[in-house]
Amino acid sequence: MSGALQSSRAPLLTTYALLVYAFLYFPIVVLVVYSFNGSGVGGFPPSGWTFDWYRQLFADASLWDAVLNSFIVAAVAVAISLGLGLPAALALDRAQFPGKALFRRLVLLPLILPGIITGLSLLMLFVGVGMKLSLVTVTLGHGTALISVATTEIFAGLQKMDRAQEEASLDLGANHWKTFWRITFPNLKVSLIAAALLIFTLSLDEIAVTFFLIGRDNTLPLEIWSRLRRGITPEINAISTLILLFSISTILIWYRLRTRTQHAGESPAEAAMLPSSLEGEHS
Amino acid sequence: MNASGSPVPVERGPVEVLLSIQKVEKQFAGRPVLCGISLDVASGEFLTILGESGSGKTTLLRLIAGFEHLDSGEIRMAGERLDQIPAHRREVNTVFQSYAIFPHLSVFENVAYGLRAKSVARAEIPPRVTQALAMVKMSEFSQSAPSRLSGGQQQRVALARALVNRPRVLLLDEPLSALDANLRRQMQVELKSLQREVGITFIFVTHDQEEAMALSDRVALLRAGRLEQVAEPREIYGQPATAYAAQFIGQTNLLRAEVRDGIANAGPMAWPSAGPSGAATFSLRPEAIRLSSAPQGARPAGGTAHFHGRVQNQTFGGAMDLVEIDCGNSHILRARIPSPGPLVGQQEFEFAASDAVRVREGGGS
Amino acid sequence: MYSRAYKSAVTIPPLLWVTVFLLIPYAILFCYSFWTVAPLQVIVHNWNLHNYAQLFRNSLYLTVLLRSIRIAGAVTLLALLLGYPLAYYLSFHAAKRKDLLYQLVIIPLWASYLVRGYAWKTILGSDGVLNGFLQYLHITHRPVEFFLYSPFAVILTLTHIYTPFTFLPIYASLEHVPRNLVEASHDLGASPFSTFVRVILPLSLPGILAGATFAFVLTLGDFLAPLLVGGPSGIMISNIVVSLFGAAYNWPLGAAISLCMLLLVVSLLFATERLEKRFTI
Repeated sequence: MSGALQSSRAPLLTTYALLVYAFLYFPIVVLVVYSFNGSGVGGFPPSGWTFDWYRQLFADASLWDAVLNSFIVAAVAVAISLGLGLPAALALDRAQFPGKALFRRLVLLPLILPGIITGLSLLMLFVGVGMKLSLVTVTLGHGTALISVATTEIFAGLQKMDRAQEEASLDLGANHWKTFWRITFPNLKVSLIAAALLIFTLSLDEIAVTFFLIGRDNTLPLEIWSRLRRGITPEINAISTLILLFSISTILIWYRLRTRTQHAGESPAEAAMLPSSLEGEHS
Repeated sequence: MNASGSPVPVERGPVEVLLSIQKVEKQFAGRPVLCGISLDVASGEFLTILGESGSGKTTLLRLIAGFEHLDSGEIRMAGERLDQIPAHRREVNTVFQSYAIFPHLSVFENVAYGLRAKSVARAEIPPRVTQALAMVKMSEFSQSAPSRLSGGQQQRVALARALVNRPRVLLLDEPLSALDANLRRQMQVELKSLQREVGITFIFVTHDQEEAMALSDRVALLRAGRLEQVAEPREIYGQPATAYAAQFIGQTNLLRAEVRDGIANAGPMAWPSAGPSGAATFSLRPEAIRLSSAPQGARPAGGTAHFHGRVQNQTFGGAMDLVEIDCGNSHILRARIPSPGPLVGQQEFEFAASDAVRVREGGGS
Repeated sequence: MYSRAYKSAVTIPPLLWVTVFLLIPYAILFCYSFWTVAPLQVIVHNWNLHNYAQLFRNSLYLTVLLRSIRIAGAVTLLALLLGYPLAYYLSFHAAKRKDLLYQLVIIPLWASYLVRGYAWKTILGSDGVLNGFLQYLHITHRPVEFFLYSPFAVILTLTHIYTPFTFLPIYASLEHVPRNLVEASHDLGASPFSTFVRVILPLSLPGILAGATFAFVLTLGDFLAPLLVGGPSGIMISNIVVSLFGAAYNWPLGAAISLCMLLLVVSLLFATERLEKRFTI
C-alpha cells in the first residue's frame, strides 16, 4: 500500500526538490571550483586549473598554527563537555533533585541561544575575575556551550538503553560502580563516540563564542575571519575546501554510528534530530 | 485477611519458611500499589504470584529483588532482614521479562557475570558456567553473541545466568510471556523439572492463570495490591475464597442466593448449605452441572440440587459442549456437559451441593 | 534503585559547572545592564534604568531591532518554503533513495558556517562569480554592486545556512505521520490535496514550529553574516552589541540589549514549546 503511495509521481514536487538541492549545493560547488581557479576568486568562466592556492596554503605557517590551536581547543572541549555531559545526562535520566527543571533548561539553553549571548556573558565572567583572554578562555567557552550537545546525545543513548540490564547487573551481585563500567558505559560507547565527533567538529567551526573570548592566539575560523576582512583570496577557498572535506568525513562517520545504534522503525531523522538541534553555536 | 500466611500444605512435611513478607506497603506517587501484603514462602517451593496487570505483582517481585524500597513492613530471608540489603548483595536472582541479556557480552560472559561480580575464584568460573549452560541445553551457544539468539534461547541464557549463582530464591518476572504458545508450553514443563532438579525456591509472576495452575505448588492471587487468596492450585480452583478468585481462575457461575435454615435458594434452585443465614454468593463451576434423570421438582435430597431450565444456546466444544441455560428471572447458567447431543427446550439439570462453593464478594479483604 | 551517593556523584559536578559558567555569567549580564559608563571608560555600579531608557529613546536601536526581526522573519519564511516541500518530498516520494537524499541535506548542514558565508561573498561580490557570469552573457556590462552588502545578501546567505535546520524537524515530524492515517484519508475519499491539508499538514505542525524557531532565533542572533555580506544597510542588532563591547566600549548598554534579546528568545522558546505541546497528539 505505502509503496503504491510513495511511487505516485509528482513531477512538480520533484523539480522543486531538485532546485532546493541546487540552491544548497551551488555555493559549495563554486567554492571548491574556484579553489582551483588560476585567475583568482571570481570572474566567469573559471580559467586556468591550478594547485597554486593549495601550495600557498601549505606554506602558510600562521594558518597552520591556527589549525593546531583549533585542534587543541577542540580536543579539550570534547573532554570537558563529555566529562560533564555524561553525569548531567545521567542526572537528568535518573536523579530527582530540587531545581531539576531549571538545571535542564540551563544546560540545554546554549543549544538554541545565539552564540553571541553565551560568548558575551562568559567574557564578563572572565574579565570580572581578572582572567586573561587566551585559548584557555576559548576552550572553557567551547566546553561550556557544548555540554548541551553532549548531554542531549548521551541522554538519547540512555533512553534507548534497557534499564533492566542495569537491574540485572545489580541482581547478579555487581555494585553500582561495577555496573556503571561494565554495563552502562559499554552501552553508551557509541553515543559517546558520536557525541565526541560532533563536539569536535562544532568546536573546530565555532566563531560566535570564540569571537569574544579569544586572546592573542587565533583559532582557525578566527584566523580566516581576520583575513577575510583584509579581502578575499583563493587561498581561503582552498582552506575552506579542506575544512569542508574534514567536516563531511566526520559527519559521515557520525551518521553511520548514529544509524547503527538506532532502533528498528526509528527514522534516521529522529536519530539525527537531537544533535542537529545543537547547531546554535554556529551563529 | 484469611488468605495471608496460610499454612504450607501438610503433605510436604515439616517445611522451613525461607522468605517471610510481613505487612508490606508500597505507594507510587501517592497511589497505593501494595497494601498490607503478608506471605510466607517455603524453602524449595514453587510459588506463583498471579494477578492482572496493575495488580502490583511485579512491584512485589521488585521489592524482593531490591529494585524498589518498601514504604513499611518487612521482608525477611531465613529470619534476617532482607529489605535493608542493597540489591547486589541479596542472595536472590531474577529472570527479567525482557531477559535483559547484556548485548555486548557473549553468552558465556553473560552467565559468568554474576560469578565475576562476586569474585568467585577464576578456575571455578568455566566449569560452573558450562554446567549452567548444560542445564538449560545451551552449551553449544557458549561463544555466541546474544543478538544471534532467538527469544527462547535468550530466555534459557537468562535462566542459566541467574541459576549459576545458586541463589536461595529465583524470581521470574513473566518470563514466558514473549514466547509463542507451543514454546511456552514446552518451557513450562522444562521450568518445572528444572526447579525440582535444583531445589531452589522459585517465585514466578504471571497474569496467565493456566500457567499458574500448571506450574505452581501454591498460587498467591493478587488483586489491586491485596492478596485475594493463597492456596494450592487445586484448592484455589475447587474452593475459591472470593467471587473474584472464582472468576479469575477458570470459568464459573456466580449464584446470588438467600440462605435460610441451612437451605440456599437462588431462583428455581435450592440446595443445602451449612453456612450462616442471609444473602450469600456461591460459585458453581460449569462442569459441575449435569443433565438430570430425576423427576421434575425434586427438592434438595442427598446433597443434590435439581432444577430445570430452557437451553438457550449450545456450542459444540469437542468432548464437552458449552450449554447456556435460562432458568427464568434472567438467571443464566453456563454448563459444560460431556457430549450431550443436541438439547432443545426445557431440560432437567442437577449439581452436587458440595460443588456450590460459598465465596466472599467485593474487595480483597 | 540508584543510591544517594550515585545520584550526588552525577548531579553535583555538572550542577556546579553550569552555575559557575552559565548561571553566574547570565547574572553578571543582568547586573551590567543596570550600570553605566562614566568618562574615562570606568564602569559605575549605580543601579538605574538609564540603558533601557536609551534603547527606547534612540531610534537607531529600534530601527535596527525591527530590521533584524524583519530579516529573521524573511529568513524563517524562506527556509520554511524551501525546507517543507523538500522534507515532504523525501518523506512521501523519495522511496528507496530516501537515505541518500537525507544525507545530502545533512552534509551542507554541517559544512562550516564560515565556509558557506564566505562562498556567498565570492558569489555576490562586485568581481564575484555572479557578476562575472552576467557580464559573460552580456546581460550587464558593469559589475552590479547591490548584490553584496545589502539586506538581500544577508537574507540569502542566512536562508542558505538555516534551510537544513528547518528541514530536519519538519522531516522528523512528517516521518512520524502514521501512514495508515494517510491511507484512511484516501480510503474515505479525500483527494491527495485535501489529505495533505487536513491530515499531513496539521500533524507536521510541531516540526514546522520547531524549524521556524531555529531559523528565527539563530538569524536574530547572527552578527557574522551582516559583517560578511551585509554592509551598513544590512546591520543587525547583534552587530550593535558587538560594537558596544568593542570599539564603542559601552558594556552596560550592550548588556541591556543582549538581555532584551535573551528575554525575546526565551519567551519565544517558551511560546513555541507550549504550542508544540498543543499540536502534538
